[in-house]
Amino acid sequence: MNKIKIFLNGFIKENPTFVLLLGMCPTLGTTGSAINGMSMGLATASVLMLSNMAIAAIRNIVPDKVRIPAYIVVIASFVSLLQMLMQAYLPDLYATLGIFIPLIVVNCILLGRAEAFASKHGIVDSLFDGLGIGLGFTVALSILGSIREFLGTGKIFGITIYPESYGSLLFILAPGAFIVLGLLIALVNKIKKA
Amino acid sequence: MLTYISIIVTAIFVNNIVFSQFLGICPFIGVSKRISSAVGMGAAVTFVITLSTIVTWLLQECVLNPLNLQYMQTIAFILVIAFLVQMLEIIMKKVMPSLYQALGVFLPLITTNCTVLGVAISVIQKHYTLLESITYGMSTALGFALALVIFAGVREQLEIADVPKAMQGTPIALLCAGLLAMAFMGFSGISIG
Repeated sequence: MNKIKIFLNGFIKENPTFVLLLGMCPTLGTTGSAINGMSMGLATASVLMLSNMAIAAIRNIVPDKVRIPAYIVVIASFVSLLQMLMQAYLPDLYATLGIFIPLIVVNCILLGRAEAFASKHGIVDSLFDGLGIGLGFTVALSILGSIREFLGTGKIFGITIYPESYGSLLFILAPGAFIVLGLLIALVNKIKKA
Repeated sequence: MLTYISIIVTAIFVNNIVFSQFLGICPFIGVSKRISSAVGMGAAVTFVITLSTIVTWLLQECVLNPLNLQYMQTIAFILVIAFLVQMLEIIMKKVMPSLYQALGVFLPLITTNCTVLGVAISVIQKHYTLLESITYGMSTALGFALALVIFAGVREQLEIADVPKAMQGTPIALLCAGLLAMAFMGFSGISIG
């Protein structure tokens, strides 16, 4: 199978956030600023690539009946690994993202891709699928984070665009997350139809 | 006593798990089309969270802490929760068939509901005692059920509303959730104890 096609399929056609509507909790919970959204996306993407590869490697050994628990253990191992690495090298980011890092385990994107793609394809194909889906998730979270940060504080990635006092705090807070995501999905629907 | 009242009010209203902690969004969007199924899901989640909080708390205090295995927390908790949900399904089917009829379909969905793992990890991070953990778990779940039922009520009305084509389905539901979150922000000034 064509590697670029697999990548683009995950990145655009099956974009986890805007098309499949998976992994909504971190999408809403960590996008208070662009940098947080992007970090969360990259963290999820790295776990997804590794877990996809590992699951593709063991796909013929694991009996069909216990495959879901087996996949969960693989995913949970990589998440614990990431958790320890972040605690050691990026303690500030780890504190900001908080509970959403261990909760990558129950992110439906990971188990979804394991079941739908990695359990049926080879290691390299699964890596590209993980890359596409992971980066699609990262870009979606970055866009959402940028819009919320821009409307809320007048900054994008910490760079001031207009004075903070004109910003509406609402967009940084919980309601803004729901509203901006709703409007973005509506926009994607509109573009798809046209 | 005041501690418990404070935990209950905070978990249900002030830090509502859906509207201010952003956990359990998937079932919140997915199972909120009918009030009846929202009530069923809410009840099932309350049951599972309360039970799993007790089990994971004991696991942390009696196994992981004494053996210095804290780094195994994520793996241990998710396995215990998955196991618990499976067992619950089997036991319920045998012992309480009527309850199984009502809640059964929601049980498999709960394993991947991040509220369960989220609450289990939260109570450890907050250093709650067992009784406080149970109170926190139960009230958080009630907050989830409350949010789900209110939202299902709104969505039942939305079905007959005339919504622009691109906004139909999830987008308009998310906008409504945003408005509900604004309403819940009104509780944020409350503090007890």
